Amino acid sequence: MPIDFELSEGSKLAQAHYRQVAVDQMRPISRKYDLAEHHLPTEWVDYWWDEGRFSFHDKAENKTAPNDGFVTVCLQAEELCWGDAGLYLRMPTPALGGSAVSSAGTNEQREQFMSAFREKGGHPIWGAMAITEPQAGSDAAAIETTADFDADTEEWILNGTKIFCTAGEGASTADGGFIVVWATIDKSAGRGGIKSFVVMANTPGMELIGCEKKLGIRASDTATLRFDNCRVPKENLLGSAEVRKKGPTKTGDKGFKGAMATFDASRPIVAAMATGVGGAALDFLKEELENQGIQIRYDTPPRELTAIERDVIEMEAELQAARLLTWRAAWMMNTGKRNNLEASMAKAKAGLAVTKITQKTVQILGPVGYSKKLLVEKWMRDAKINDIYEGTQQINQLIVARRILDYPSAMLR
Amino acid sequence: MIDFEPSEEQALIVETVHAFAENEIRPLCRVADEAGAPPKNVVEAAHELGLVANSLPEAHGGGGERSAMTGVLIAEELAWGDLAIALAILSPGLLGFPVADFGSESLQKEILPGLVGDAFVPGSLAIVEPRFDFDVFHPQTTAKRDGDEYLLDGVKCQVPWLEGGRHVAVIAREEAGLAAFVLARDHAGLQAEPELKMGICGLPTSEVTFSSVRVPAEARLSASDDEIRQMINRGRIALAAAGVGTARASFEVARDYAKERETFGQPIATRQAIAFKLADMAIEIDGARLLVWEAAAALDRGEDVSRLARLAYDQTMRIALTVTDGAVQVYGGHGYIREYLPELHLRNIAGFASFETLALV
Ligand SMILES: Cc1cc2nc3c(=O)[nH]c(=O)nc-3n(C[C@H](O)[C@H](O)[C@H](O)COP(=O)(O)OP(=O)(O)OC[C@H]3O[C@@H](n4cnc5c(N)ncnc54)[C@H](O)[C@@H]3O)c2cc1C
Repeated sequence: MPIDFELSEGSKLAQAHYRQVAVDQMRPISRKYDLAEHHLPTEWVDYWWDEGRFSFHDKAENKTAPNDGFVTVCLQAEELCWGDAGLYLRMPTPALGGSAVSSAGTNEQREQFMSAFREKGGHPIWGAMAITEPQAGSDAAAIETTADFDADTEEWILNGTKIFCTAGEGASTADGGFIVVWATIDKSAGRGGIKSFVVMANTPGMELIGCEKKLGIRASDTATLRFDNCRVPKENLLGSAEVRKKGPTKTGDKGFKGAMATFDASRPIVAAMATGVGGAALDFLKEELENQGIQIRYDTPPRELTAIERDVIEMEAELQAARLLTWRAAWMMNTGKRNNLEASMAKAKAGLAVTKITQKTVQILGPVGYSKKLLVEKWMRDAKINDIYEGTQQINQLIVARRILDYPSAMLR
Repeated sequence: MIDFEPSEEQALIVETVHAFAENEIRPLCRVADEAGAPPKNVVEAAHELGLVANSLPEAHGGGGERSAMTGVLIAEELAWGDLAIALAILSPGLLGFPVADFGSESLQKEILPGLVGDAFVPGSLAIVEPRFDFDVFHPQTTAKRDGDEYLLDGVKCQVPWLEGGRHVAVIAREEAGLAAFVLARDHAGLQAEPELKMGICGLPTSEVTFSSVRVPAEARLSASDDEIRQMINRGRIALAAAGVGTARASFEVARDYAKERETFGQPIATRQAIAFKLADMAIEIDGARLLVWEAAAALDRGEDVSRLARLAYDQTMRIALTVTDGAVQVYGGHGYIREYLPELHLRNIAGFASFETLALV
C-alpha cells in the first residue's frame, strides 16, 4: 500500500459517531462533573454501559466498513476526549488493565477477565492498572509492593500501597471489575522480580483508601489502594512466575519488559486523548475568532498576520504533527511493527503540544478563557495530565534518546 | 486507508537517491558552498538518474510519472546530502513543471526536450522580490498587455541562475491577478546580477531586473491566479521536504558527535541536556515530515492545499531552525567552525523565512 492519509470509510464513520456521542452525552455534563468531583457521573456511566459500548458496532454498515485498526481506536479516544477527558477516563471499560491483560496474559486469562466487559446487561464495571507507589513513579522498577506465594493454598499474597490509580475506585469496588497490580516476587532480582497480578474487585485485603483532588480530569477517580495480605489465585499472575536475574531473554519472558510493552499500545491512545483535548480548545478558539469576524489567512505572509493568526497557525501545525505521529505509532501496531520508539515520540509530542495549545487558548481568550462560564479553562487543566502520566515528558524523551543513541538504560537514566 | 509506508517503487527510489546523496553530494557540500556553485559532475550524474525528467510528460521525452509524494521523498534525500546541491539538481523542475502544466504546445516543444535530454540544463523561476514586505501572492513585478505583447517590469531576487540555463519563468502581477511568463535568460531588457547570500551558496542565484521587457503573448502561461497559487504551494511543500532533509542531516551529525565527544570523562550524549535535545530533534523532524507527506498526498489528490502547505512549511521552518541551531550547540565551539557541518546547515536553513519556490514537485 502506498502512503495514504485518507481514513478508511469505517474509521470516518467511527470518528463521526464518537464526535456525536461527545456532543450529545459528554459536553452537556462536562462542567457538572468537573465541579462535582468524586461523584459518579451516573448518566454517562449508565449510558456507556447500556448503550454506548455497543452503539457503533450495532449498526451493520459500521461493522462491515473497512477501518484503520488501531488508528480507529485512537480516533475514538480523540473524539471522546474532545468531549471530556475526565468522563472518558471514567468509562466502564477494562482500560489500562485490559491493555495489560491483552499484552501480557494468556488466552485463558483474556477470556476470564475481559469477557464480563463484553456481555450485555449487568452493572457497570471497570478495569485499572496500579503501578505507581508513593516512592516509585517514573522509576517503576523501584516499587515495593510484594507478592509472596503461599504453596499450601496456591495463592499469591499482596502487600503494599498503590497511589494514583486511574479508575481505581470503580475497579476495586464494582464486582466483576479488576485491577492489574504490579508487585515484586523477589526484591533481590530488581526489575526481573516484578510481576503483574489481576486482583478482582472486592478481593478481601484490598482496601480503597480514597481518591485524589486534582488540577483537572476531576471526573476521573484517581485512587489510593492498600493491599494488606490480599490473596489472589495463582492463575491471576500475568505471564510467567519465573524470575530472570539477568533481565528478560528471548524465551517469551512476559515479566517487566512484557509489562512495559503495555505502554506501546497505551501511549498512542494517551497521545490521541491529548489531541482530543487540544482539538477541543483549538476548535473553540477558531470558532470564537470567526464569530468576531477574524478569519485565519493561510495565504498571507506571517509578517502581515496578526499575532493571534500566527499563534493559531502554529497551534494547528503542532496539533496536526502530534496527531500524525500518533497515527503512525498506531498504524505500526496494525502492521505488527515494533513501535516503542514511535509510541514515545507521539506521547512526548502530544503531551507537550496540547499543554501549550490549551494554555495559549486561555491566554488569547483572556478573562473569557479564564472564566468557568466556558470550558476553556477546564481544557487547560485537563490537558496537563497528558504530559505526566503514562511516562512523563522526560521519561518519553529518555526512551526516544536511548533508542536514537542506541544506549542501554544504564548509559542514560 | 491510513498508511505510512512508501510503495516499493518509492522505497527503491529513496534508497537510490539516498546512496547518491551519501556518496556523491555530501562529500562535496563544503566545496560547493565555498565555490558558490554546485560541482558539475555531481549535478550531471544526478541528471542521469532522471529525478526530474521522470516526472515530465512522456510526449516530450519525460517519464510521465508525476507524483508530489515521490517528489517530496526525493527532495528530502537530496537535501539530506546538501540543500544547495539538491536545489541545483531539482532546478529543471522550476521551469519544466510550469511549462508542462500551463505552456502552449509550441512552448513545451521548445523547452521540455532540452530539460530531459542527455545534458543537464538547469531551470529557473523568478518569484521572490528584494523587499522586506514581499508577499508572494502579491508581487510588485507587473505585466501589462500591449497589443500582441506583454510588458514586464520589476525586480526579482533569489532566482536560481545556474550555468547553462536558457530560460526563466517569472511570476508577475496582472490586473486580474497572478500571471506567469517564460522567456529566454538573455532576453532584451532583462538584467541578471549574481547575488551573495548567507547560505545555500552552492546554488548560484541572481537578482534579476526586468525593465520594460517585451515578450510575445505566447510567452504567457495559461495558469490562472488560483493555479499559480497552487504552484506556489507546490513549492512550499517541496521546500519543506528539503528542509526536513537538512534538519535530519543536522540531527544525525549532532547525534553521532554527541556519542563520540567526551567531557568530564563521559560522552556528552549520556547527559540529559544533550540527549533530550537530540530526542526532541528526532521527534520534531518526524512530525514535520508527516505534515509534508500529508500535504503532498493532498496535492496528489488534486485538493487545494493552501492550509496544509502553510502548516507544513511553517512547521518545517521553525523546527529546522531549532534543530540546526541545536546541532551547532551540541558541537560547542566546533559547531562554529567551517570544518564541521552544523554551521553550514544553520546558514542554509536560516533562509527559509524568505525562500519561496526554490523547488517544485
Ligand atoms: C491523574 C493521574 C492518573 C494516574 N493514573 C495512573 C494509573 O492509572 N496507574 C499508575 O500506575 N499510575 C498512574 N499515575 C501515575 C503517573 O504515571 C506518575 O505520576 C508518573 O509516572 C510520574 O511519577 P511521579 O509522580 O512519581 O513523578 P517522579 O517520578 O517523582 O518525577 C518527578 C519529575 O522528575 C522527572 N524525572 C523522573 N525521572 C527522571 C529521569 N530519569 N530523568 C529526567 N527527569 C526525570 C519527571 O519527569 C518529573 O518531572 C497517574 C498519575 C496521575 C497524576
